[in-house]
Amino acid sequence: MADIVLDKVSKRFPDGTTAVRDVDLEIADGEFVILVGPSGCGKSTTLNMIAGLEDISSGELRIAGERVNDRAPRDRDIAMVFQSYALYPNMSVRENMAFPLRLAKLDKETIHQKVEEAAKVLELTPLLDRKPANLSGGQRQRVAMGRAIVRQPKAFLMDEPLSNLDAKLRVQMRTVVSRLQKQLGTTTVYVTHDQTEAMTLGDRVVIMRGGAVQQVGPPQELYDHPRNLFVAGFIGSPSMNFLHAAVEDGHLRTALGDVPIGDRVRRQLDGADAPRELILGIRPEHFEDAALIDDDTLRRGLEFEAPVDIVESMGSDKYVYFTVEGERASAAELEELAADAGAADFTGTGSSLVTRLSAESPVREGEPRRVWFNLEKIHLFDPSTGRNLTLHEGRASGALAD
Amino acid sequence: MATETTPRAKLRWGLLDVIVVVFALVPVLWIASLSFKTPATLTDGKFWPREWTLDNYRTIFDTDQFVRALVNSIGIALIATLIAVVLGAMAAYAISRLDFPGKKLLVGVSLLIAMFPQVSLVSPLFEIERQLGLFDTWPGLILPYITFALPLAIYTLSAFFKQIPWDLEKAAKMDGATQGQAFRRVIAPLAAPGLFTTAILVFIFCWNDFLFAITLTSTERSRTVPVALQFFTGESQFEDPTGAICAAAVVITIPIILFVLFFQRRIVSGLTSGAVKG
Repeated sequence: MADIVLDKVSKRFPDGTTAVRDVDLEIADGEFVILVGPSGCGKSTTLNMIAGLEDISSGELRIAGERVNDRAPRDRDIAMVFQSYALYPNMSVRENMAFPLRLAKLDKETIHQKVEEAAKVLELTPLLDRKPANLSGGQRQRVAMGRAIVRQPKAFLMDEPLSNLDAKLRVQMRTVVSRLQKQLGTTTVYVTHDQTEAMTLGDRVVIMRGGAVQQVGPPQELYDHPRNLFVAGFIGSPSMNFLHAAVEDGHLRTALGDVPIGDRVRRQLDGADAPRELILGIRPEHFEDAALIDDDTLRRGLEFEAPVDIVESMGSDKYVYFTVEGERASAAELEELAADAGAADFTGTGSSLVTRLSAESPVREGEPRRVWFNLEKIHLFDPSTGRNLTLHEGRASGALAD
Repeated sequence: MATETTPRAKLRWGLLDVIVVVFALVPVLWIASLSFKTPATLTDGKFWPREWTLDNYRTIFDTDQFVRALVNSIGIALIATLIAVVLGAMAAYAISRLDFPGKKLLVGVSLLIAMFPQVSLVSPLFEIERQLGLFDTWPGLILPYITFALPLAIYTLSAFFKQIPWDLEKAAKMDGATQGQAFRRVIAPLAAPGLFTTAILVFIFCWNDFLFAITLTSTERSRTVPVALQFFTGESQFEDPTGAICAAAVVITIPIILFVLFFQRRIVSGLTSGAVKG
């Protein structure tokens, strides 16, 4: 059990590329922290530096208060679960799990006892004498976890441990990981590229992009109060809608109509170098069928009418897709997110809008529909810096705040 | 590609196999048959000996010359194999895992050594070994054998090491192993099939070598079997040594067969246990 502190940790490769840039992070004892980001964002490199598998170019890494930059992985007392599981194929499950204990030169009796214990926790007891080749993906994954927990290390590092499992098993194993971590209370750093995993598992989530930390916080905070365009677009599924917004005398002209702005946002747009164009972000659940809400609520938002493209009924609610005319929002962050999602080359005309409406809404494909959206929940981003202009002291306050 | 095993395909393949086996084995069996023939029937041209005799075998084991050569051969080949495989494993491991300056050069040079015509080295080696006092000694043969076996060992082994997922080594390090422990307890067992394959190849190379053995030895002290066979003459100059030579040839084939059979089982079991990939 220990805390892990990264103090301006950077990683530069000999070919001159910087994989990780000045990462500051304090992971408290027993905390479950997720490093998340698109591929190539430096999350795995960061994890490998904590593990000791990669050298730290500059900065300091402390585990339990001690500087460990120059210590070999074996002297850091941390365990790691790999994406490929990395089980030793020549050893049985029991030998795999006993391996770290045998290296630590524990006596046979203790090793046996500890392996049995760990196997019981992970329900591996009947599989102990099998070879990894004879296990299913999920079982191998559990053995990999067993090998990590068996020697009670100071911290667990997990490098996309669930990404090789099929979707159903992944959801199941997610709860196993979560329960195990709570039960053991061991500091855990978990790397994933899957934002759902990040949201559901972690106490805190670290979002990385291009080797730099974008935002650190509990999942809900990242969701509600994204600091910039990248975080807003990365967290959430379906992701936030982004629309182009032009600043014109006191309001914003968007494809959904003219959006009024409050004093606080206006002050930021007064300066000489203030952006004339913004990106408006709004999450799918902040839309609603205009026919279903009372006048009081209506007043807090705006209405627009658009033809319905597609309706996906989820039972509890409906995902309704609209196409709205007007300029597409464009920013480097959005392109990167689209590329990561593999949708970079998917460009229709106008902007596509995803909304989540009540299941009661009688919305039908092909017909126009009046839809309301909540002005208090919208975010405004500066396209050049990506900064969230509606954020005030870390809280997003919508467009109308005074 | 689908592998069809219709009866016709089976027959065709079976026939092909038989042809290959017969082609390869007839000369060997012929020698074996000659070794059991008496001097009188040696040249009768019959495949099956009319009169069976073990005299030829008695002859070769009676001569001190042959037994000494056998001991030399076994000793030299085993020592050279051991050293070449150990050194080769270390070099191959470094080549497959590390990026160090001059890596390409090293691989290139070792390939060069393998391609170098051995005949052209014989005279210089002879001179050098005479100067150094290595001529006609075991090390005098072991050293050149290692030199020429190493490129082979490095090539075969680095191919095997490259197949082993690097994550296993990282995992071993995280589990508390030193670099050495990770190699000995995780990598080497997985590379065992490669180690055995290499050992077989190197052993056969050393065992069969004639060129170095004939130039770098002069007496029974270090003469190996392939050379000793050359010096086989009968008891007198009127005696035909063919039968004895054939018997000796059969005898020296046996260690190789044993060696291959012994390690072949390890190769198969090694391959199946290495079949897991994360």
